[in-house]
Amino acid sequence: MKVEEILKTEQLNKSYENGLKVLNDITFSLKKGEVVVIIGPSGCGKSTFLRCLNMLEPVDSGTIRFKDRVIDRANKDVYELRQKIGMVFQSYDLFPHLTILDNILLAPIQVQKRERSEVAKEAEELLKRVGLSDKTKVYPRQLSGGQKQRVAIVRALMMHPEILLLDEITAALDPEMVREVLQVVLELAKEGMTMVIVTHEMEFAKAVADRVLFMDQGVVVEEGSPEEFFHSPQTERAKQFLNMFHYEAR
Amino acid sequence: MQNLGIQILFQGNNFLRLWEGLWVSLKLAVISMFFSICLGMLFGMVMTSTKKPVRILCRLYLETVRIMPQLVLLFLVYFGAAKHLKVNFSGGTAAVLVFTFWGTAEMGDLVRSALESIPVHQYQSGYALGFGKIGVYRHIIIPQTIRRLLPSMMNLLTRMVKTTSLVVLIGVIEVVKVGKQIIDASRYTVPDAALWVYGVIFIMYFAVCYPFSRAAALLDKKLRD
Amino acid sequence: MDFEFIRTYAPLYASAAGLTLTIAFFGILLSVLIGLLCSLVKIFRIPVLTAIVNGYIEISRNTPLLIQLFFLYFGLPKIGIVLSSETCAITGLAFLGGSYMAEAFRTGIEQIPKIQTDSGLSLGMTGLQIFRFIILPQAIATSVPVFCANTIFLIKETSVFSAVALADLMFVAKDLIGIYYKTDEALFMLVISYLLILLPVSAFCTLLERRVRYAEFGNSDPVSGK
Repeated sequence: MKVEEILKTEQLNKSYENGLKVLNDITFSLKKGEVVVIIGPSGCGKSTFLRCLNMLEPVDSGTIRFKDRVIDRANKDVYELRQKIGMVFQSYDLFPHLTILDNILLAPIQVQKRERSEVAKEAEELLKRVGLSDKTKVYPRQLSGGQKQRVAIVRALMMHPEILLLDEITAALDPEMVREVLQVVLELAKEGMTMVIVTHEMEFAKAVADRVLFMDQGVVVEEGSPEEFFHSPQTERAKQFLNMFHYEAR
Repeated sequence: MQNLGIQILFQGNNFLRLWEGLWVSLKLAVISMFFSICLGMLFGMVMTSTKKPVRILCRLYLETVRIMPQLVLLFLVYFGAAKHLKVNFSGGTAAVLVFTFWGTAEMGDLVRSALESIPVHQYQSGYALGFGKIGVYRHIIIPQTIRRLLPSMMNLLTRMVKTTSLVVLIGVIEVVKVGKQIIDASRYTVPDAALWVYGVIFIMYFAVCYPFSRAAALLDKKLRD
Repeated sequence: MDFEFIRTYAPLYASAAGLTLTIAFFGILLSVLIGLLCSLVKIFRIPVLTAIVNGYIEISRNTPLLIQLFFLYFGLPKIGIVLSSETCAITGLAFLGGSYMAEAFRTGIEQIPKIQTDSGLSLGMTGLQIFRFIILPQAIATSVPVFCANTIFLIKETSVFSAVALADLMFVAKDLIGIYYKTDEALFMLVISYLLILLPVSAFCTLLERRVRYAEFGNSDPVSGK
């Protein structure tokens, strides 16, 4: 059976104003149910790539296709498409003036015009699943970083996205909180959620990924299954990068 | 022949006289600013004192100055002091006194917040390097403080310049007074002189204040990046 | 000090204070409206209007209120625009205050991290929805401190209105000194009047600032979560 291709980019290019190239001819495709992890050194363009997929940033050239539709930032349907592509950021993205429940309900009610009672029920179920059902009435500032990120994931899920983009969602967390967040992501993967994940957590990448993309200086340098990539990287740059994570005495 | 109002500025040395008038208030602003900076630096350091009574006294001084309109303070000194201290301050002296009193408080608060914005570990690493208290201030804290202070000091100067416009109300002969003289002198020849004279004074003040506030904004931006 | 004198002339001060407050109220109200409009123009970078607003803000912030008033009161009648003392005072205060309020709202809005907008976008919200549900509620809270400082500043600035022949507090004080030489009494009542106006405003502002800082957004007490 042929698996449906849900997201596709062709030769994406993007440069900063100072001429630095952040994305260099990125061609990429994502199948339904697939989990792709993008790793690479800081500033390699992986976060920018993710932001472009959600049309938060314009590209200089190339196309992004969601199913059969070409995504264009200038088009009106960008708002509708963004609902189908959820995104969770590094941190500070909950709305501090709203309670946890209102944070989660804001977009479903205002954007999708759904009934509050219906979405509230769904929100509570989701919160329960991530272990935060007692936090509906509190404000973001009263939560730990790990709790906030779990709420952010729930908030994105409430829109019923077909793809979830996770941009270094544990990078700003204390080490002891990383696990509780990644556990949620692992479960989502198991349920068949299509995801593109940027992360620095190598063990997590190994566990969750169907496919690993290694980016450096705006180029996809290497691509493969996690087993291939982590055990026998093909390129020199990938080898060097992976070596940085090893501290054992030689 | 109908006179064009703008000609009033080019009659005799009118334009020059207006600038001289403005210079009177500017001088008051510069002198007050000078004293405010000197005293404010000291006051700012006192404000960071850890002793509670000292802090309360400082706060009281600052809040008193802040809550009273500067014109009220001017009246207090100009009219009040004349009666009680048996000294007849000229308007100019009263102005310098009041603006220094006000400027010192504002400057002190700027110095305080600049000092407090320097992280404790800056002091600690200074001591760790073997500097004494004076050495730490001289080589580590003060250079950093000045950089942070510069934009807000320039803003204070613009405020000071704007505020010195009040001295006309306590009888100092400055730009507005000169302007009035010019208007009165040409009441019949140039009936719409007031429009032009006050318009020009308006622009003159802008010409003086704008460069400072612009520079302050640019500096502030540079420090932030 | 002559308390009989104070008792006699206290009503004069009271009505002058009333006048000061009335003008301050309307002036500040207009300032807020002008400030809101200007900050919106700047935030949404509306072409042409942004340049005009920027020019207005610089002119208003870099000239003294007194000179603005002189121009309005003595200058404008020469081209046929005659304003009463009151209109002049309110116009002047609004012209000055508008730019200060605009900056208060603009910095209030700019303090909100860009990631908040990004989050809204990633949830499919439009610019208008983001402004209304995410930016504005937070900006109101973040602008409160500067807004309060501006309000007090503008009330203090009303002290120059005597220059355009408005019978305000300064006017009354100067008059009494000139007529009766009761300098102490006149100045004493002047200070008391301003304290009576400004202290409650300042206390209210402190309260308001504390409220938006602690009560809102649930950061009152992170431990108890109350």
